[in-house]
Amino acid sequence: MITTEILFPALIVGLLLCCGICLYRIANGPTAADRMVAIDILGTVVVGFVAIMTVLTGKAYLLDVALVWALVSFVATLALAKYLVGKRLDE
Amino acid sequence: MNDPLTSYQIVGLTLIVFGVLFDISGCVGLVRLPDVYNRIQASTKCVVLGTALILLGAVVWLGSLHAILKGLLCILFILITSATAAHALSRAAHRSGVPLAERSVVNRYAEDQQGGRGAEEGVL
Repeated sequence: MITTEILFPALIVGLLLCCGICLYRIANGPTAADRMVAIDILGTVVVGFVAIMTVLTGKAYLLDVALVWALVSFVATLALAKYLVGKRLDE
Repeated sequence: MNDPLTSYQIVGLTLIVFGVLFDISGCVGLVRLPDVYNRIQASTKCVVLGTALILLGAVVWLGSLHAILKGLLCILFILITSATAAHALSRAAHRSGVPLAERSVVNRYAEDQQGGRGAEEGVL
């Protein structure tokens, strides 16, 4: 009872705190690179969030969402890094 | 409602709690450190370890074959892709001219690109 009523809400609030910090850094990072780092970290935190949702619901197919989220976030970060250097995306 | 946890669930819950603590410490590094490179190095390492621990805890908690395969594959992808993304981001930031913090001591990559002392002696 203590796990479902106290511990899991506390874990979710902790991860929401992480997301809030990342959104703060996205909103007023001094440079574009700061914003991109925060987007990358936000993607990784959301993967952990999906893992906690998997535990809460007991449905193992939610791990597919985490898998796809990790890969898509990686591709987006690489594309933004290339854009930052000044190359076009197909070079 | 007042069901006792099995030992697998206790181990998984402990891993998840430690993962969330690592995530929070990495995000504190993201907001407190002075420049881009410090933020990349602190937040990437802590958040990757934290998320891998959360996934491992979920795998231990669930315990079915699907969950084990997909969870371990997801941990592998996180470990590979996040390190690669952080490397590409820091390289792109340095090449696009993002300045280092005021308190930085050494900038070996700029010395190496300008053919400085490190490049002549072959010391990286």
